[in-house]
Amino acid sequence: MTVQERAASRLTAREQRETNLWADAFRRLIRNRAALIGGLIVLGLILTAVFAPQIAPMHYAEGDSYNALTVPSWLAPFLPIKNIQSYAKINNNFLFGSDELGRDIFSRIVYGTRVSLPVGFMGALTALIIGLVYGCISGYYGGRVDNIMMRIVDIMYAFPTMLLIILLMAFFKSTFAQVQEPGTIAYTFNQINKVVDRFLGLQGGGMLFIFMGIGLTAWMGMARLARGQILSLKEKEFIEAAHTVGAGDLRIIVRHILPNILGPCIVAETLAIPGYINYEVFLSFIGLGVDAPTPSWGSMISEGSRSIRSYPHMILFPALALSITMFAFNFLGDGLRDALDPRMRGTS
Amino acid sequence: MIPVLIFISIVTFGLAHGVPGGPFDTEKKRPPEIRANLEKYYGLDKPIYIQYLNYMGNIITKFDFGPSLVQRGRTVNEIFAAHLPVSAQLGILALLVALLIGIPLGIVAALKQNTFWDYLGMGIAVFGVSVPNIVLGPLLIWIFALALGWFPVAGWGKPSQMVLPSIALGLGSSAIIGRLTRASMLQVIREDYIRTARAKGLTERVIMVRHALKNAFIPVATVLGPMFAALTTGTFVVEQIFAIPGMGKYFITSVTNRDYAVVMGTTLLYAVFLVIANLAVDITYAFLDPRIRYT
Repeated sequence: MTVQERAASRLTAREQRETNLWADAFRRLIRNRAALIGGLIVLGLILTAVFAPQIAPMHYAEGDSYNALTVPSWLAPFLPIKNIQSYAKINNNFLFGSDELGRDIFSRIVYGTRVSLPVGFMGALTALIIGLVYGCISGYYGGRVDNIMMRIVDIMYAFPTMLLIILLMAFFKSTFAQVQEPGTIAYTFNQINKVVDRFLGLQGGGMLFIFMGIGLTAWMGMARLARGQILSLKEKEFIEAAHTVGAGDLRIIVRHILPNILGPCIVAETLAIPGYINYEVFLSFIGLGVDAPTPSWGSMISEGSRSIRSYPHMILFPALALSITMFAFNFLGDGLRDALDPRMRGTS
Repeated sequence: MIPVLIFISIVTFGLAHGVPGGPFDTEKKRPPEIRANLEKYYGLDKPIYIQYLNYMGNIITKFDFGPSLVQRGRTVNEIFAAHLPVSAQLGILALLVALLIGIPLGIVAALKQNTFWDYLGMGIAVFGVSVPNIVLGPLLIWIFALALGWFPVAGWGKPSQMVLPSIALGLGSSAIIGRLTRASMLQVIREDYIRTARAKGLTERVIMVRHALKNAFIPVATVLGPMFAALTTGTFVVEQIFAIPGMGKYFITSVTNRDYAVVMGTTLLYAVFLVIANLAVDITYAFLDPRIRYT
């Protein structure tokens, strides 16, 4: 370590103690009440997903036709249907009632967090990793590399995302999801998918394919954001200083550039999580998402919307769960943005 | 623009044809001879790159998207003619809803910053951003169709049937527009030229309409392109919920039926829309902000 480097590292260490960006941001974050509530709800959702087997009174696929379509008695007076007691079973067997197969809606919503949350987080994580690496390379090296890499992003951007995801899902589902002879790529994907599903405690959800479909379409925005940030950063004096003391490209990117651009990138991805969750919900809604009997809020809303006239309780609770999750992530994302970059407060 | 469309067409073609199983897999097994004949009729027996070139050639020279593979005797052009106008109507109505709710919301919130109206407007905006249209659709049906009975539950054609789907689709975007308008208005009304206009003694109305609004719209105009794209593809969700016979419903069934022709055609057409929408935004942008024209 040269004298300069040691001096520089001591300087940064002292600076960090005085105004640690992250500690400062955290303090600002918990002072923001909406963001705090959002964060607590997200924390609660994560705990729900982890402890789903302990929280849910029944297994999500368990049910019998005798208990089908029961309306919880505490809810019945509030439903906008006058004669509901004339055709529906109203009792206290299920907290949120049961669906047409007699499965407990509450348990299915609880297990549904194991679909929605991983999709949201994995979408954000894939976008962050691919987008950051791509954007860093493009922005840092500039010139022709940058030109070609950004043209590719432009082309991907012109793809209608929703159509691309539908196509990808149809492709993945029929190519990879079927059992094939060992040794092929499709078989490998199929095995990885089984591991992912087992890890999440779901029987045959096909979660990997949803991760892939969303991840493949989500990284472009992040790549653009990271590139833009680097372009404005790489001309700064401290990068030049790092160059003069002989730091390599990798070291400069990882130690000097990344910490400075991570804040806006994390904020952008937190605000993008509701979008990813929404994609999965939509895919399950049209039947291209998770496979039955895995409970997705999207497929529950789809089932519920078919019987909205007679059994509105079936759609009410999954829709509520989805909306609350969206609110929580939006509040948390807004709060994170204000906390990490106070200048941005109140914009978009 | 042309290379973009070529790339999109290749990817779509590859994905659609990469799905195992063909459009002629039916419950009942067909004799192989008939199957071969069918494939020959639709040109599916040729190598895949010949199929691709033939397909693109027909589109470029004759604007002919070929016959549908699943619906016998119907061409893709006919399917577009029947279903696209519905989706387009829905998309345009939703964009109108988004603009008509979003812009006034943002302006009022900015002019009365930190008052009740500001909080109300931004509260509505947070609601609009957070409640996905998959929830909003059934919610609107429940309140306005089932409980109040003001509008029909589903369908398309009569004006009364268009209200709920347009709101369900447009409200989320109106929230984005509202927040953006508010933010850019707040920035603009602190500029020096607004103070100059006030000093000249112009009325508040003239200042707002002539000086502030025009500049405040620049950031809003930039999101309109992606937003229009999101709305036109977003019709897929709303069409499912309200049973609207648009392109979205048709596209999804075509994907599961492996009707390559319809899938390809729809994706290409939407991609062209998207590219043109973005181009239009760039032009509007230059029109609104002369600084861009002169650099």
